[in-house]
Amino acid sequence: MATTTLRPLLLIAPFWLGMLWVSGAAAQGLTALEARHLLARTSLGVTESTLNAFVGLPREEAVDRLLKGVRTEPVTTAPEWVDEPPPGRRRRESMSEEERTQFRRQVIERVVELKSWWYREMLATPSPLTERMTLFWSNHFTSSLEKVRWPPLLHRQNLLLRRLAFTDLRSLLREISRDPAMLVYLDNALNRRDAPNENYARELLELFTLGEGHYTEADIRETARAFTGWTLDRDTAEFEFRRRWHDRGRKTVLGRSGHLDGDDVIEIILAQPRTAEHITEKLWREFVSPEPQQAEVDRLAEVFSASDYEIRGLMRALLLSDHFWAQANRGTLVKSPVELLVGAVSELDLPLRDPRILVRAGRAMGQDLFAPPSVKGWPGGTAWLDSNTLLIRQQAMQRVAGAGERMASSTPLGQGQAEALQERLLPLPPVDGLSLAENRAGLLAKLLRDPVYQLK
Amino acid sequence: MKRRAFLRLLTLPAGVMLLRPAIGNVSHDRVLLLVELKGGNDGLNTVIPYADQRYYALRPRIAIARDDIVQLDERRGLHPALGPLEPLWRQRELAIVEGVGYPDPSLSHFRSMDIWATGSGSALVLDQGWIARLWQGHEAESGMAGIAIGRDAGPLAGNHRALVMNDPERFLRQARSLRTTPAVTGNPTLDHVVGLQQGVARSARSLAADLEGGQVDTEDFPRTRFGRQLGFAAQLVSAGVRTPVIKVSHGSFDTHSNQPEQHRRLLTELAEGLEAFRRALLRSGDWGRVLVMTYSEFGRRPTENGSRGTDHGTAAPQLVLGSAVRGGIYGAAASLSNLDVGNLRFTTDYRRLYSTVARWWGVPWDPALAGHPALPLLKS
Repeated sequence: MATTTLRPLLLIAPFWLGMLWVSGAAAQGLTALEARHLLARTSLGVTESTLNAFVGLPREEAVDRLLKGVRTEPVTTAPEWVDEPPPGRRRRESMSEEERTQFRRQVIERVVELKSWWYREMLATPSPLTERMTLFWSNHFTSSLEKVRWPPLLHRQNLLLRRLAFTDLRSLLREISRDPAMLVYLDNALNRRDAPNENYARELLELFTLGEGHYTEADIRETARAFTGWTLDRDTAEFEFRRRWHDRGRKTVLGRSGHLDGDDVIEIILAQPRTAEHITEKLWREFVSPEPQQAEVDRLAEVFSASDYEIRGLMRALLLSDHFWAQANRGTLVKSPVELLVGAVSELDLPLRDPRILVRAGRAMGQDLFAPPSVKGWPGGTAWLDSNTLLIRQQAMQRVAGAGERMASSTPLGQGQAEALQERLLPLPPVDGLSLAENRAGLLAKLLRDPVYQLK
Repeated sequence: MKRRAFLRLLTLPAGVMLLRPAIGNVSHDRVLLLVELKGGNDGLNTVIPYADQRYYALRPRIAIARDDIVQLDERRGLHPALGPLEPLWRQRELAIVEGVGYPDPSLSHFRSMDIWATGSGSALVLDQGWIARLWQGHEAESGMAGIAIGRDAGPLAGNHRALVMNDPERFLRQARSLRTTPAVTGNPTLDHVVGLQQGVARSARSLAADLEGGQVDTEDFPRTRFGRQLGFAAQLVSAGVRTPVIKVSHGSFDTHSNQPEQHRRLLTELAEGLEAFRRALLRSGDWGRVLVMTYSEFGRRPTENGSRGTDHGTAAPQLVLGSAVRGGIYGAAASLSNLDVGNLRFTTDYRRLYSTVARWWGVPWDPALAGHPALPLLKS
């Protein structure tokens, strides 16, 4: 008798205690370790000044401050050629051999300038979270220079993704479906009634929204029909709906029928619970841990779809989730090459005259901006590391530390300062152990070469 | 439909694998030298159908003059720069596989390289390289799943017992300075990093030690990037390093303009490099356990473009060399009259080359190679 009444209480008790503990911790404000965790996961490097600004803030306030700071436009000036339309067919055909060579060289140069521009923006922005989210979406709605070939189009796509990064999934889907780089990359520019091209339709369902196994091949065919005629104006490279190419017939996608067009299909996709789950899982892997926790993903996905797919709200819920803060999840994600490089430069406050060095290093480590390896994007996580990239990363960090050394004073650090530096730079205690009586330069070299520095 | 079915095939339960064709024991001393011709090698100017007038009609400015061609039979011959390989042809150690490609070809470097590297079909994206997959779990004890010299792991991607090294000497030097604190941290990601670091340091140490015993003088190799790679590959083989494959890469073969000069230089380096490789391993007594195979993401358009070059194309011949090879021509050359929107139609699926090599190694059959039987170009 007593046991039956007691059991529910026993079950509830830890829950309430947990709640008390959580609200207590949140009210007390972030410790230095918590603040560094939040920043390491949402920024590009943990700088001394940002860390100081976040220590002591209550969790909610810290997360809200990050989200309030996000931007919709870059702070740096774009290369001057970003508005140039691609040369029309007539101009291309009338080029002499020499002009053609010249033109090819110019494109190659602009490719490097475009990548450099993004690195410069990542270093200059007051909101690294904006860059992290833009990186996330550009690795979700992938397009590559390898196919698109005209750098201004990728620049335009980057502006689109950063403008919409924290808005809502509907806007993202509607606009990316009309984005010139995407139309070229996944061939929808060629998708017409009498010769449908399923490339975009397939990836829209498989990679961008529902995920493998949640649609049929017939859904892909019908989706492709719905997107026929969504193409580019050949001269301006702007989106154009070419009525003559559009299939106006009846279509059935995921059980819903009608004279559907692309926007109708996007609505049908958004009505599927799987869409919110898929995006939430992917954000979880990017920001929380390598293994999404199903029950919590379900809860967050619910938040996402209930808010009509508002991304800012989902990010807020994700960053305030207990799983995000859990000790067991700290230092469990591998830094991408971009995070490692931009992070190290920011953390050590290194002067950088030419971001091309980062472009080259990133590519050597397997992340060539605007050129992901396939439509699935960079797989990320431990896939960033193989014997080659590990050595390249270690070597790059050795160089960064070297540059940092030249700037650092050689006066010995007190124990407190050494610990503070270690706590700011590493998510976990170093594998190699902390040796104290070192000067700043020696300690930097050691911390940056520790395996733990590869993690966030 | 096709794609889904294929995926299911790849995830067959282990029991079903018992139905695969019987295989012999895994040979741990056989080494494939995989030569990647990066950028898309122009197959038509490599193995040239010189008796076909259409060849000259399609390429008024870049065709190879009939008199310059190293004639193999009454229909086809090699680019003159491949002359150093002619003795191998006469000794029947050179197999030419014609018209190699795959259905619904991609003309993107990127995507097509990915397809060749993973052994997938055109519509399927696989994460792991074909060799990484074939050798997963079959590596020799204390051995590796492969060594890639160059930036890309390519067919070795996704196997952590594969080594990728851009510059072998630099690699060995750097790896020696790696710290290898043994640590089990309880954090799987950190354990992964530490484990990889230890693995690299260990492999580098044993490689360095093995190389001491190598019998190859790298001075005998052409002083080109490709020559240096081959010199190092020969050192590894003669030193008895346990690896089923060494991948080297050459190029760029992406000859959109002024192709004749570039292509001649590239093929010269290819032929001279391979000839030096063979000579070195004959001398060390290792040639008998080595197979050489070329691949390239695609061939090039049969019609030349306006810049004395060629644009991205599809099918192309590939070369297989070795003393285990039954020299000759395999497969049919792609037709120059029956083009598919200006491009060649493949006649031999590239996965048949992979099945051939898999059988030579004796590693278990891979579901991605289903329906692509080995070519009869090896002796045993």
